[in-house]
Amino acid sequence: MSAALPTDDAVSERGAGLRGEWARWSTSLRVGLVLLVLIVAAGVFAPWLTPYDPLRQDYSSALQPPGAAHWFGTDSLGRDIFTRALFAIRTDLVIGFWTTYVPMLMGVLLGAWAGLQRGWFDTALMRVIDTALAFPFLVLIIVILAILGPGTHNIYIAVFLVGWTMYARLARAEMLVEAGKDYVLAARTLGYPARRILLRHALPNIINSSIVFSMSDFVLNILLVSGLSFLGLGVPAPTPEWGAMVAEGKDFMQQAWWISTLPGLMIVVTGVALALVGDGLTHRFGDRHVTGH
Amino acid sequence: MSPATEAPALLRVEDLEVAFRVPGGEVVASRGVSLEARAGETLGLVGESGSGKSVLCRAVLRLLPRPAASVRRGKILFDGTDLLGLPEPRMREIRGADIAMVFQNPMTSLSPVWPLGDQITEGLRLHRGLSRKAAREAGIALMQATGIPEPARRYDDYPWQWSGGMLQRAVIAMAMACSPRLLLADEPTTALDVTIQEQILALLSELQAAKGMALVLVSHDIGVVAETCDRIAVMYAGTVVETGPAAEVLANPRHPYTLGLMGSRPDMDGDDRRLRPIPGQPPDLARRSPGCPFADRCVFVSDECRTAQVALTACAPGHASACLFPERVQ
Repeated sequence: MSAALPTDDAVSERGAGLRGEWARWSTSLRVGLVLLVLIVAAGVFAPWLTPYDPLRQDYSSALQPPGAAHWFGTDSLGRDIFTRALFAIRTDLVIGFWTTYVPMLMGVLLGAWAGLQRGWFDTALMRVIDTALAFPFLVLIIVILAILGPGTHNIYIAVFLVGWTMYARLARAEMLVEAGKDYVLAARTLGYPARRILLRHALPNIINSSIVFSMSDFVLNILLVSGLSFLGLGVPAPTPEWGAMVAEGKDFMQQAWWISTLPGLMIVVTGVALALVGDGLTHRFGDRHVTGH
Repeated sequence: MSPATEAPALLRVEDLEVAFRVPGGEVVASRGVSLEARAGETLGLVGESGSGKSVLCRAVLRLLPRPAASVRRGKILFDGTDLLGLPEPRMREIRGADIAMVFQNPMTSLSPVWPLGDQITEGLRLHRGLSRKAAREAGIALMQATGIPEPARRYDDYPWQWSGGMLQRAVIAMAMACSPRLLLADEPTTALDVTIQEQILALLSELQAAKGMALVLVSHDIGVVAETCDRIAVMYAGTVVETGPAAEVLANPRHPYTLGLMGSRPDMDGDDRRLRPIPGQPPDLARRSPGCPFADRCVFVSDECRTAQVALTACAPGHASACLFPERVQ
């Protein structure tokens, strides 16, 4: 912090807007975001990118290897795997999005409130989280799904019930630090209500770590959905879904490796894209912590 | 010194005891503190780190760290009402509107993610229900009053764009927004350059005189207090050891700790350039022995000091000391 009032480059830095922002992004953030945009676009424009119907079966062209007509080959029912993999982007990213960001919203609000207010709410919440985290995540989800039955809706319910706990822990830990800082105390001395202090003052300062974590959580949730579908607990057939497609191909690995492998690669590419964005955001946010206030 | 010495006290702390639970026991951070601040008067609260100055300020606002700290005894009367008995919603209305506080480090007292003008006027919009437009006008006037140049242009700046001294002006503007009747300034100049310190102290005095509010100035620096305050209270180990009119106490200290504080300040005018630090360490507040808390470090100590109860006793009109032998202090 210099002794003088704001300098002109502080102002111009703000004025540079998007171009200045792009310049501060790391390579991994740029590559990750470009990949992610391509994947999302492929999902959105899937019907225009392929002449096939993801659900139409054609026994005359079953188990075709990858080639000019079928880029990723066909499965045992003659469906075009490239088409199904594209349409699966919609299924997987949509489920991944909701199973990540609904728990994030719940967890961050609960955890931050607990960290700010302490007291009985904090104690009770932490006991609930300890209990939930004492079970392995996947086992807990499978148990809930076993009770509720398989299906997309029940995946949502199961993940919403469990997924918020990590965010709550993270937000609470950050909030404990933040609540000790002068600006939160200053807001209290000026009589601002706790809800306002939480949402307006503290939340913007504690949300970064949760956003970064949500990127890896997103990957894990896509893997979770794929895994559950592989086990037959997830998205029901014939809806295209990467994990279910991998599962369908497992009996044909000897004759038709492409049925499982190519949708599996889609999972990998999406996971790498999200991980790169997460890594890039860590640096981007970390950067501001160093050079900012 | 102050024309308002006859006025009834705006803030009156009576026999306040605050204890912190710590692993393996408790620490009594405030041990029967009594003091007063009147409207239009500046009270200086002096003492070294850990003497209970900040705890006292936070106790007045009822913002002691939870759940570790608790008030075990005493009263905090603000304009005749005991703040300790108020329900939390009422207390929240008082914070900011009637009693406000300024902190040591302006760099951390402001949220990094919001424009300064909005932060300065947030209290006005919340407590007074001002519209965004009216708040902006009021905010610009406040920034003007606290000596921030070009307030209209600076209103939308962010904290990281400003220097520490300017930020402290913003923090003061934020505290002054609702014209509080009592301002608690907790080491408001400690984090700033010496040249800026003077300006901030002058600003506080000016605002205090203009608004006729009571100002409690907390400092570990007896020089800061000497320049600014009408009355001072010297704190040591959670108790007030000496209190009185600032000029009287500084000219004629009646407690060895006050004398020690004065001796450990560099004196630019005197021939004696060596500092005379107070020997020893402040007592462990978790383990208190009977007798005077300063006994182990006192140069005038005698056997009675280690066993007898000490309490504030008047030694001159308006001047009290907690020393058993105030006449020894030279």
